[in-house]
Amino acid sequence: MNKVPRYFEKVEDSNETQNKDIKPKKEFKKEIVFNIDVKPKPWGRRREDNRIRKEQRNPNKISRKNVKYSPNTKPKLWDHRTRDGGVKKIKYVPNPNPKFPGRVPIPKQKLQRHSRGEGIEKKGIRTGVHRKRFEKKEKNIKLATELAARAEILLAEDTGFLEVDAGESSTQFTQKEIAASVDITSATKYFELHLHEFGPYRAKYTRNGRHLLLGGKMGHVAAFDWMTKKLHCEINVMETVHDICWLHVETMFAVAQKNWVYVYDNEGIELHCLKKLNKVSRMEFLPYHFILATASEVGYLSWLDISIGQIVAQYNTNMGRLSIMAQNPQNAVLCFGHSKGVVTMWAPSSKQPLVKMLCHKSPLTALHIDPRGIYMATAAIDKSIKVWDVRQLGEPLQNYTVRSAAECINFSHTNMLALGMGNIIEVYRDCCTKTAKRAYLRHRLTGFVSNMDFCPFEDVLGVASSRGFTSLLVPGAGEPNFDAREANPFQTKMQRKEAEIKALLEKVPADLISLDPTRIAEVDIPTLQEKVEAKKKLLYLKPPKINFESKRKGKGRGGTVKMAKKKKIVQEQAKKVKK
Amino acid sequence: MKVKVINRNPDDYLRETKRNIHKVPRNFDPSLHPFEAAREYVRALNAVKLERVFAKPFVASLDGHRDGISCMGKHPQMLSFLISGAYDGEIRMWDVPQQMCLKDFVAHNGVVRGITFTNTGNNFITIGDDKLIKTWKTDNSWDEKDDIPIKTIPNKTVLTSITHHYKQSIFATCGEICQLWEDTRNESIKKFKWGVSSLHDVKFNPIETHVLSACCSDSSIILYDIRDVGPVHKVVMKMKTNSVAWNPLEAFVFTAANEDYNLYSFDTRNLRRPINVHMDHVSAVIDLDYSPTGKEFVSGSYDKTIRIFETSKGHSRDVYHTKRMQRLTCIKWSLDNKYILSSSDEMNIRIWKTKASEKLGVLKPRERVALNYSEVLKEKYASHPQIKRIARHRQVPKHVYNAQRELRMMKDKIKRKDANRRAHSKKGQVPFEAERKKSVISVQT
Repeated sequence: MNKVPRYFEKVEDSNETQNKDIKPKKEFKKEIVFNIDVKPKPWGRRREDNRIRKEQRNPNKISRKNVKYSPNTKPKLWDHRTRDGGVKKIKYVPNPNPKFPGRVPIPKQKLQRHSRGEGIEKKGIRTGVHRKRFEKKEKNIKLATELAARAEILLAEDTGFLEVDAGESSTQFTQKEIAASVDITSATKYFELHLHEFGPYRAKYTRNGRHLLLGGKMGHVAAFDWMTKKLHCEINVMETVHDICWLHVETMFAVAQKNWVYVYDNEGIELHCLKKLNKVSRMEFLPYHFILATASEVGYLSWLDISIGQIVAQYNTNMGRLSIMAQNPQNAVLCFGHSKGVVTMWAPSSKQPLVKMLCHKSPLTALHIDPRGIYMATAAIDKSIKVWDVRQLGEPLQNYTVRSAAECINFSHTNMLALGMGNIIEVYRDCCTKTAKRAYLRHRLTGFVSNMDFCPFEDVLGVASSRGFTSLLVPGAGEPNFDAREANPFQTKMQRKEAEIKALLEKVPADLISLDPTRIAEVDIPTLQEKVEAKKKLLYLKPPKINFESKRKGKGRGGTVKMAKKKKIVQEQAKKVKK
Repeated sequence: MKVKVINRNPDDYLRETKRNIHKVPRNFDPSLHPFEAAREYVRALNAVKLERVFAKPFVASLDGHRDGISCMGKHPQMLSFLISGAYDGEIRMWDVPQQMCLKDFVAHNGVVRGITFTNTGNNFITIGDDKLIKTWKTDNSWDEKDDIPIKTIPNKTVLTSITHHYKQSIFATCGEICQLWEDTRNESIKKFKWGVSSLHDVKFNPIETHVLSACCSDSSIILYDIRDVGPVHKVVMKMKTNSVAWNPLEAFVFTAANEDYNLYSFDTRNLRRPINVHMDHVSAVIDLDYSPTGKEFVSGSYDKTIRIFETSKGHSRDVYHTKRMQRLTCIKWSLDNKYILSSSDEMNIRIWKTKASEKLGVLKPRERVALNYSEVLKEKYASHPQIKRIARHRQVPKHVYNAQRELRMMKDKIKRKDANRRAHSKKGQVPFEAERKKSVISVQT
């Protein structure tokens, strides 16, 4: 067996290496770990085959321990960034061609991530010119996808992780222990606010994860930069607070009070009183549409455009009190959980729900959709939790039963699921496509959970309870790399102002909200056909004859002229209908 | 246990000094960029609205002539140089960017019918109603005696149009017959004649330089080969063609401006059926000129409007008009593809941008990138009804608007009648007739 020299190691005798594990020392480079086990061929053949089969089934998860390597196999290049947490593990496979082999191929899964779907079929294009044009277009799209995938190498941060040693389980570590073993700045992200008087609280982070808004049921509202712990404002509105919500920037937030919704600025000054929104129980802000969506205690549902202050749509759901609300961040559709175990999805364009689905056989308690708009988790009073694919509603992907009914449920950007049950918080990972056997983290609060929110771009879960607010460290929960054009935690004032204007300029119209957000970019085939047909009919042929006789000839309504006029009107109308 | 949580060092994300630009870390993961299509659509909508807002095509007008302008000549090399001739026999030389008249003199007794530059651009040749062909020096200095031509050739009959060969020192004139001249000689070297009717426009092909087209008053277009003795082809159309322009990049394509309000693009290899009919004018089309890219052409009409057509499209991309502009007499597309020069009855030459909303002058790189991006967006979402409506909307003068409506009604009526006739007669009795075939009566060789 010929051994190709490796870049980082001196060449050893091939007979020796066959039976030895090659483990370069960790001091070689701090973050690079090489685990390469080479096994003699006849041993464990079946096991090897199984492993390969497993790899083919889900290419995301490749066991890192056994890397089969022989000079005959093609070199594999591995993803440097581990999605599911872990040290940067770079596996070097010897280059079969010591000369320059060309560009590094991009892993399929990366391309998949950046793909905008399949291209156009060339079959239908008749003329050569147009075919060429489309080919060029497709080529450009492909190139853009490739470039975007390649640009992933520039991402600076890695996901967090918590790796346990043998015999340990991740749930055994308390927040204190976790905070003690991370760096100082991260340790400050675990904190607790004891607010006994005005609870239970609700908490929400801004879109860039920098600011936090707290609202106590008894009227206490506070906004602050939770990283630097700088308070923006703290007021008591002297009324019941049902819900709170940041608006498009951190200088404004809405509070659903006893009767109406109020808008405050970040110094606590009341800017507006929205009397159009009455008895609101839950609010969601749709940032790209500048819409404040509210659900009322009496079952009304309204969308208010905050840039112009007008109601876009307002419907009565006829489903009773609405207290479980979530938005799908990818298509801005609102989801409600109802007491009959039904989940409904609403858009301002239709009076009827877009989706009405029986999810549980008992009343729902909580509902959330993950930031990627793929999974929906629902919890019901019968202690069951179901995970659904929102894009393709049918059978649930997962069906869990927990010890007690979850009052709140929340997805993180990396699809970790946090459940709040009484005074216990549990976080699960890999629970959507696979069935999670046990919790990833568990935490016990002093009070009862009332609301939870994963902080965007941070490994932090904010838990609002009846006795205050707790910020928990959940390693691996957040998306490590933000896009400064969308949400920037390090935004300056000028940047915020400019971003606000840009965002207002490209405010998406409310009537584009639908289940499929890409519909606007697709070809409108049926209506085009209809149009052509209608035009043909309208243009070329006489209008159809209609037997028209007036029903009754009242006094003063007669006269041949009038009759003729009426006849004409009816015929015109018939023509229009045919259009 | 090994733990790591996300911890960002602010130094990596904040600029060091206030003089630096802000750091903008990007992550192209599509899940971080929701509503991609919808936001693009809104951007496209904004872009197309801005395009209409900035659509101010009129740049300047050159005034000074004391009578209507009959013809113009653009220099083959100097972009800024323009010569115009008027109905009173006056010729003016212009510096276009300075909007200044360099020189003016009376060249002919009567109307100046045509101006053409020689292939080198050193001289230009004019013809007038006084039956003289005069050659002048392209010189804008005042020192020498200006109104003396280098050469004057008297002709027996009235001349209507003149064109110069693109490579050799040969030019052609037309009137009762088509004649070929050499720059240095006083006698015509060749004469072409087909039938008895007179010719009113003649144009050399810029690529196949020995091919010549002429418009005939018997509503036909004749093609000549100057190496040959007689004419090559003749297309007879239903109505008279006023002017012809050759595509500067596709040697076999020419477009004819017709009296029936339409323009017809012909492929010389198959003259029986024009490759495209360009409609939109509401009165006779007087003149047209191709852009140097060969992708577009501009036409001036008797309806007091200028329209820009794409060669492959049947309808105009843009229409220019002002309240003061009267019947168009001559139109030229500048050789840098940026401006259109139009001359009209009311003694003015007007300068227009070819792209109405284009920003003139130097663009900053960011500006250019933004413009390119919005261009692509506009193209991508062009067929959306809202965007299409805004992009297509043009304010036209009342008389044009009314005439358009009238024409549409007439066309619809004819279509409807045909359809009804077809519906109530035997199959095949009333055949469909292609719009492109309607206007051509016959092709003779």
